[in-house]
Amino acid sequence: MNEVWSVLEMPLQHLVVAPVLLPLATAALMLLLGTRWRGLKATLNLASTVTGLVLAVLLLRRVGVGDAAQAFSLYLPGNWPVPFGIVLVADRLSALMAVLAGGVGLASLLYALARWHQAGVYFHVLFQLQLMGLYGAFLTGDLFNLFVFFEVLLAASYGLLLHGDGTARVRAGLHYIAINLVASLMFLIGVALLYGVAGTLNMADLSMKLRVIPESDRGLLHAGASILAIAFLAKAALWPLNFWLPPAYAAASAPVAGLFAILTKVGVYAVLRLWTLCFPIGAGASAMFGSEALVWGGLATLAFGSVSMLASQQLARLAGYSVIASSGTLIAALGFNQPALSSGALFYMASSTLAGCALFLLVELLERARQVEVAPPQLDDSREALPFFVDAEPPAGTNLDDDEEALTGRAIPAALAFLGVAFTVCTLVVAGLPPLSGFVAKLAMLTTLLYLQEGAGWVLFALLIVSGLAAVTALLRVGMRHFWTLQARPAPRLRIIETLPIGLLLLGCLLLSVHGDAALRYMRRTADTLHQPGRYIDAVMGARPVAPAELVAPAVEATP
Amino acid sequence: MELIVSLAIGVMTGAGVWLVLRPRTFQVLIGLSLLSYAVNLFIFSIGSLAVGKEPIVKPGLAANLENYTDPLPQSLVLTAIVIGFATTALFLVVLLALRGLSGGDHVDGQEEQP
Repeated sequence: MNEVWSVLEMPLQHLVVAPVLLPLATAALMLLLGTRWRGLKATLNLASTVTGLVLAVLLLRRVGVGDAAQAFSLYLPGNWPVPFGIVLVADRLSALMAVLAGGVGLASLLYALARWHQAGVYFHVLFQLQLMGLYGAFLTGDLFNLFVFFEVLLAASYGLLLHGDGTARVRAGLHYIAINLVASLMFLIGVALLYGVAGTLNMADLSMKLRVIPESDRGLLHAGASILAIAFLAKAALWPLNFWLPPAYAAASAPVAGLFAILTKVGVYAVLRLWTLCFPIGAGASAMFGSEALVWGGLATLAFGSVSMLASQQLARLAGYSVIASSGTLIAALGFNQPALSSGALFYMASSTLAGCALFLLVELLERARQVEVAPPQLDDSREALPFFVDAEPPAGTNLDDDEEALTGRAIPAALAFLGVAFTVCTLVVAGLPPLSGFVAKLAMLTTLLYLQEGAGWVLFALLIVSGLAAVTALLRVGMRHFWTLQARPAPRLRIIETLPIGLLLLGCLLLSVHGDAALRYMRRTADTLHQPGRYIDAVMGARPVAPAELVAPAVEATP
Repeated sequence: MELIVSLAIGVMTGAGVWLVLRPRTFQVLIGLSLLSYAVNLFIFSIGSLAVGKEPIVKPGLAANLENYTDPLPQSLVLTAIVIGFATTALFLVVLLALRGLSGGDHVDGQEEQP
């Protein structure tokens, strides 16, 4: 009818499916290129990842700006009516997760372009498939489709974990694959049980059907939901299902470990999505089923992660345990089912994902600095330029601080200075110290917990503070070992492309804290939508297939 | 028939879990395969077991579970089989790689010290 308008409408309409299709098409194209053309593949990968991030941001703007009516974008891939066909749903939470995945993906890829992408032939293909699985898992509104995207992202992650080869990686990879295969089987059992009880796989439809199930099926429903939750929580590294994570993440190459920082969040996302949909307050006898398990499981994970951070000697393992601690914080805070607490937790999720990725990328650069320390000094005449904090006499006329130390004028090698600053910023965000985003997130959660006045709430309150202390102690110890004992050694050599992604991630954390007000408001709206599943259900069930206008022409041709 | 199918699922799950917990990589592989067979049968049986019923609607016969079997679990099983097969094959490759690198078939790459 209105040709121009429909052309303009077209890209917007397909925006929901675009982040899934783009990496798939790129991966297929790169597979056709075979094993050569590494430069071309790197360019393609970079272009596709940047485009994916832009699409995710567009999606975020589309569902995030405006009122509640615009908070959902739906897409029916097969144009089947809703409960029967697969549906892709972009709401505020999905869009937020997609942006995080895109950002972390871009940072890891930039880092990999320095060196790591040359270590294997299919790195770029696997990377794109990983992104496809991530975007798909965040955007799908169908339980079995979620399983398929989980498998896509897991299969790609198996390949990426093994990237770079070596006994440690293969051994960790074997454990990782075995654990995740068993978890996937649990996922299938859970899905089958839910289907047996409710007769549907569409999440919104499932939520509606579960309210009216007969009392005799309730035990089966709870068993199915619990088995499903175990599959997700193993992925989200809930204690005691998280023993596989530190060795696997420590063995992975740096950019892969950076990308894996978002993988535990996929598990958290899946739990959050299904739990808020299936067992909201209004779900009758099943209301809030599993809330206590989530809260106490999360608290145990947080405590376990914090203690393990203090105990770990390697920075890579420490980073792995910090991921576990952040997972625990999230699950515990979300388990309370309080919108105000959830909004703080979602803010924490964004901040800790970015910081976790930056920390994993920093690990390798810091280890490189330590390897330089072991290796014989290469340039003797550069010793003059290196900082001697102990013996240096301040030149006359410099500004001195309280401890009679010069405030200006010492040449610190740029690489070392960058590493130091980046590490400090990472520590501040991970430990939740002011003034960065980790503090904003923890403050938002602590304030809500004060008003909550509940037993488990006080435990979380205390653990949040103690875990911050543990994180800052553990990271400071590592920082002292890496920066204060390095004075007489040449500085590590860094490339711009290695420092750029870390800088970008930390800039993201900085922006989160500078625009903390706007970000927190977005998280609050996200949490409100999440804890009122009625709106999600109405939006999904209200989706109508596109009228088959194009089908009229073939039908006319077929009649004679 | 329900009894036979559930016994089969139970036996395969039990054997699978036992094998997955063994220290040899090949045993773990076989255990994972058994578990995946058990899960596939389980999904299949979720759509109610029936003999001689089709999942395709015929004219003149009302479309309900009295006359037909549920087609959805069958399609789910098909997807699960494909995915399970692919990931098990991948596990086999990693198993061989670990055997090549460590020279043994222990899951940790080295024998336990007594």
